[in-house]
Amino acid sequence: MTARSLFRNARLLDPATGLDRPGDLLVEDGRIAALGGKLTLAGEGETVDCAGACLAPGLIDLRVELREPGAEHQESMQSGALAAVAGGVTTMVALPNTDPVIDDMALVEFVARRSRDVSLARIRTYAAATKGLKGRELTEFGLLAGAGALAFTDGGQAIADAVVMRRALAYARTFDLLVMQHPEEPSLAAVGAMNEGEVATRLGLGGITPAAEVIMVERDLRLCEITGGRLHIAHVSTAAAIEAIRQAKRHGLPVTCDTAPHYFALNETAVGDYRTFAKVSPPLRGESDRRAVVAGLKDGTIDAIASDHSPHDQDSKRLPFASAASGIVGLETLLPLTLELYHNGHLSLLEALRPLTERPAAILRLPAGRLETGAAADLVIFDLERPRRIDVDAFRSKSRNSPFDGRPVQGQVLRTVIAGRSVFTHRD
Amino acid sequence: MSAGTSSLAFPHRHLLGIEGLSPDEITLLLDRSEIYVEQSRQVDKKQSLLRGRTVINLFFENSTRTRTSFELAGKRLGGDVINMSVQASSIKKGETLIDTAMTLTAMHPDVLVVRHPESGAVQLLAEKVDCAVINAGDGSHEHPTQALLDALTIRRRKSRLQGLSVAICGDILHSRVARSNIALLNIMGARVRVVAPRTLLPAEIERLGVEVFHDMTAGLAGVDIVMMLRLQTERFHGSFVPSIREYFHFFGLDYAKLAVAKPDALIMHPGPMNRGVEIDTAVADDIDRSAIRQQVEMGVAVRMACLEVLTRELSNRAPAK
Repeated sequence: MTARSLFRNARLLDPATGLDRPGDLLVEDGRIAALGGKLTLAGEGETVDCAGACLAPGLIDLRVELREPGAEHQESMQSGALAAVAGGVTTMVALPNTDPVIDDMALVEFVARRSRDVSLARIRTYAAATKGLKGRELTEFGLLAGAGALAFTDGGQAIADAVVMRRALAYARTFDLLVMQHPEEPSLAAVGAMNEGEVATRLGLGGITPAAEVIMVERDLRLCEITGGRLHIAHVSTAAAIEAIRQAKRHGLPVTCDTAPHYFALNETAVGDYRTFAKVSPPLRGESDRRAVVAGLKDGTIDAIASDHSPHDQDSKRLPFASAASGIVGLETLLPLTLELYHNGHLSLLEALRPLTERPAAILRLPAGRLETGAAADLVIFDLERPRRIDVDAFRSKSRNSPFDGRPVQGQVLRTVIAGRSVFTHRD
Repeated sequence: MSAGTSSLAFPHRHLLGIEGLSPDEITLLLDRSEIYVEQSRQVDKKQSLLRGRTVINLFFENSTRTRTSFELAGKRLGGDVINMSVQASSIKKGETLIDTAMTLTAMHPDVLVVRHPESGAVQLLAEKVDCAVINAGDGSHEHPTQALLDALTIRRRKSRLQGLSVAICGDILHSRVARSNIALLNIMGARVRVVAPRTLLPAEIERLGVEVFHDMTAGLAGVDIVMMLRLQTERFHGSFVPSIREYFHFFGLDYAKLAVAKPDALIMHPGPMNRGVEIDTAVADDIDRSAIRQQVEMGVAVRMACLEVLTRELSNRAPAK
């Protein structure tokens, strides 16, 4: 017997097709069966009245750290997946910087098995580009991809050696695979704890020049050009790097990039008096770089927005600034912070949703991120306008390291649906 | 004259930095310090203002001068002073910091005097304890009592701070003394220059209200005060200057470079000096020009004043239920 559910009275939004209209969406056996004006449920089934709320493809989060295996006290697949669905995320991709490092087929399969066990958001994984994230020997790209690794990256560490990076891109091209790079020249990044400039100087903290980003990006674009390997640059945060990528795309290089909400929602002044919750890598930048990130999203140079979910316990953050861990928990703030760009008039609603749905799916070649007949019914239903304050104590994540606590936002996930099954329903 | 009668109140619970202090508050601290300069010159140097109070000197970084100065200051005010040295390198720093703070706060000190190799560490600790905290130097951030003692030294020699031209020379990048002095001198209306090779200047230093020079002759021209900084090689990661010889040649203070300053320009150094690195021995020991020994004397008085203003408002707590 066919399982059916009907989502009625929704504002249907699909950036992939430009769809933005009131209507209904019918799900049969976990897949989208129909969408459009008035639909009716033939036979048994659940009817959900969306009461005019937005219905969009479930969010695809390009980059999260889930801490499993190795640091389950900070996050686990279970808690991370709970956080994801509360944030409207239906697919997320884990970084390989766990303990042990995900650089072996067995660990890629472990993630897939745990994702099935948890059975909430779909958890996919990257594999390390180099064994043990040591930046020297390439991992088994072909076999790892066969086991389910979506792309190859050393996570928060840049592949520093140009020869290794060149070979990673060239070898990846052999199998048409993607290499994702952390954009920081490591020796320039190593001398600082925050963005270089007046704030760092006042606080007596070592500064990381914004040039550390574009130096690495320009090198990698050259390597991309000579190898033809597909390159994805993670969390871009500077005007110069965004401009370099803009030019490279214009020249037809196979390059994509993303940013994270903190790079458009905050600038370096959030560090204030040594707030370690505002310590991230790359660091929060100056106001002109923040504006460049918004402009990069507007013109499509920046393809995607990833949460950069990076859970840390108090022991890792309650330290002098330079010693504290880098990272922000982001799964549960990804949507409302992105919607700020809509509410502030920088992006249209579809422009704001595209980097969370269609674009990341395209980068990773995932069959997701669209409202399409026959596609898996991974959906998010959200109230676009509802004002509220971000409250870290309500997070499902095991960690609370967010600089956004108390921030007034608009937008509330009401329901998250994966393969037709409601895995999260908001309760006031 | 008895201490504790000044009409001006010091509204801060801690002294974590110069930034955030008003001209009146700085003047209050300097005025109180004058009293303690006199007291420290008497045969009987001891007072009872801090009787029954406990001061803990908590040093996560080696220091002889500052620790001794704080110790004398506390003792001359009649307090019980304990010195605690914690080797920051021996255990993971942050854990030591918070753990130590929690342990110490259980011993009910009235004042913690803290030095730490990391910027912001003293503020972090101050958030975790329930007593007054004095920053005795945190990383490259602030060293407020040093700036106050420098200001007291200048005020006694030049009878003012307002309008003076002060050149701070050398390793600005790593210097908490520089940051505190830049803040204080700006608040008090002096004009500040920094003179250093570009590798030893932090980004956008001019935004802190200083004029930037990379040449000693230009930087020292017509100044009233020359403050030399120690080359902090222990904070160097890699090479910032190619050699001591080259550094001294271009940035070390000697009579030739000093010649362009005002004839009565005062020479200062927070110590400890590297003779022949940033300062020539003859200049450092010139009793007419050098205020370096006087700075040390002022240090004790300034720290007495800081202890006084931070403990003046202390009252007994209600017994725990």
